[in-house]
Amino acid sequence: MIKKIVLMGNPNVGKSVVFSRLTGANVISSNYPGTTVDFSKGKMRIDGKRVEIIDAPGTYSLEPSNNAEKVATEMLNDADVVIDVIDSTNLERNLYLALELLERDIPVVIALNMWDETKHLGIHINEKELKKLLEVPVVPIVALTGEGIKELVSQIKKAKSPEKIKPTSEEGRWVEIGQIIKKVEKVEHRHHTIKDRISDLTIKPFTGLPIAISIIFLAFWIVRFIGENLINYIFNPIFENLYLPIVENFGNSLGEGFFYRFLISQNYGQIDFVESLGMLTTGLYVPLAMVLPYIIAFYFMLSLLEDTGYLPRLATLVDNIFHKLGMHGYGIVPVFLGLGCNVPGMLATRALETKKQRFIAATLISIAVPCMAQTSLVFAMFSDASLGGNLVYAPIIYILMVFTTLLIVYFIVGFILNKYVKGESPEIFLEIPSYRIPHFKTTLKKTWMRIKWFLKDALPWMFLGVFLINILYTIGVIDFLANLFEPVMSGIFGLPGETSVVLISGFLRKDLAVGTLLSFPAGTFSAMQLVIVATMLTMFFPCVATFAVMMKEIGIKNMLKSAFIMISVASIVGIILRLILIGV
Amino acid sequence: MHTKTTLLAHLKPHKKAKVISIGGGRCFQRKLCTMGIREGQIIEIVSKQPLMGPITISFGNCNITIGRGMAHRITVEEL
Repeated sequence: MIKKIVLMGNPNVGKSVVFSRLTGANVISSNYPGTTVDFSKGKMRIDGKRVEIIDAPGTYSLEPSNNAEKVATEMLNDADVVIDVIDSTNLERNLYLALELLERDIPVVIALNMWDETKHLGIHINEKELKKLLEVPVVPIVALTGEGIKELVSQIKKAKSPEKIKPTSEEGRWVEIGQIIKKVEKVEHRHHTIKDRISDLTIKPFTGLPIAISIIFLAFWIVRFIGENLINYIFNPIFENLYLPIVENFGNSLGEGFFYRFLISQNYGQIDFVESLGMLTTGLYVPLAMVLPYIIAFYFMLSLLEDTGYLPRLATLVDNIFHKLGMHGYGIVPVFLGLGCNVPGMLATRALETKKQRFIAATLISIAVPCMAQTSLVFAMFSDASLGGNLVYAPIIYILMVFTTLLIVYFIVGFILNKYVKGESPEIFLEIPSYRIPHFKTTLKKTWMRIKWFLKDALPWMFLGVFLINILYTIGVIDFLANLFEPVMSGIFGLPGETSVVLISGFLRKDLAVGTLLSFPAGTFSAMQLVIVATMLTMFFPCVATFAVMMKEIGIKNMLKSAFIMISVASIVGIILRLILIGV
Repeated sequence: MHTKTTLLAHLKPHKKAKVISIGGGRCFQRKLCTMGIREGQIIEIVSKQPLMGPITISFGNCNITIGRGMAHRITVEEL
């Protein structure tokens, strides 16, 4: 009886596309017990029976060299059948894992993926001969188009463990592979294809860097375009036309008083989703209608970039800079994820090898990588008319000031941390896959998984923050603290005393911080003061959700260290900005 | 036959070479090996990032990026 099928294979062989093809809509991504490795699990039907199918992390061999590979190896233990997905254009290397699998006592089916590409590359593989030599079913497939998937499913029952292939040494395996390759593969001299040329251009420094900058700009432009349209045509209409009447009715039935102020609005009878600060108004509107649309757009774009195979090239191009910050080129991936929501950004730091690298990456994300919530709030601050009255230049100039400061801070703090944090920073070691046309369904699935992260791991914390702040606000604690810190604000950062309310509430709720800002009378802040507030608000503290994840990822001691660094850096930058922008 | 052995790190872009030996720890050797870089493998330098940045090499239908330090541990014979 087949109950559990495990998909194995090298990284970048299109395993997740095969997984997508085999499973239905019910796919869950979960954490492997006791580790930080995520994997996907789904169901498929074989002869009408439901079978569990697991997408193991990609691995080059069964002698694991990192946590993800260890998990992949452990998953083998309770597999009834293994589908080994092989990149046909890289047969030789992929056969190493295949042989290791065949040596074990588990039934195996081999899927030769990317079969169509072998033809373009002048690679001829005799799959029948391969089947004879390995004694297991071998099925050529093209996961992207779905070709051969049916055949693969029908061969699962015929999976077996070969008799002739005996456990051997590493050297022994390579000798075997050499013999197999000689019998089954013929490679014609290949010409440089257009794909190769694009690949070369995007990885060489002189052409690669300008291309990288263009791609990033284009990507963000698309994110903005998708995000804005989602807001204007879907999320805003839902809130304004469907939700508003409900809240109004509910508010009227509550009547004026504590609960009205807590849940609906500070001003009785006036509901403004951004400025009312109630749990059911601003508390829901900001995360769901201002942030979520951009999260969706952002992760869709990122998953698309990832699935084309561009990110490893970008990692190669920026490796040099990131190495100076104690990480390596792959450190750019957590930064990108963090620009969406800092929570997945924190989780992505796992891909870095050492504690030092992870500490630096996590600290830098929380200080200098603004998430979509923070970004949209910075945009809102400078484009709102009530504050914009004092602007001398176009809003974008001030917004750029904020982001340039963050960028500079990222590099300077990283550089310093690299000097003083103990530990190792290993070099980059990364496979650069060929460019591929993304499989739309797989990309959408990945996007959805990431949005789920935001909904499941970040959103509840955001609500908790809203809840706490609203209580503290209503009972007067915030005002008390604000009064206490007023002299600090004006004395050290050259800001109006009222700013302390903004920064203190910003600890738990950035949306409230901006709501409060917007409710100040026009003229309270000069444009330069707003730049300082926006920058400090972004740097000071990440949200509560990020904090919780950070504590899990790097431990409570490191988290405290990191929090100390955050507050110090935010204060120092605040003072420097004051001196530069306002003068003494 | 005139042959020249050198370190992978010193090879110029677009040059081809045969891997002669891989130094460094056992773990490093295995990592390269399972990715397909073994003694006797013919490789080509695709690009070298400036200022001691990483090197991208290709072999077969495969490209990988390795740090400059790692490239100093691989001895090759220029072809």
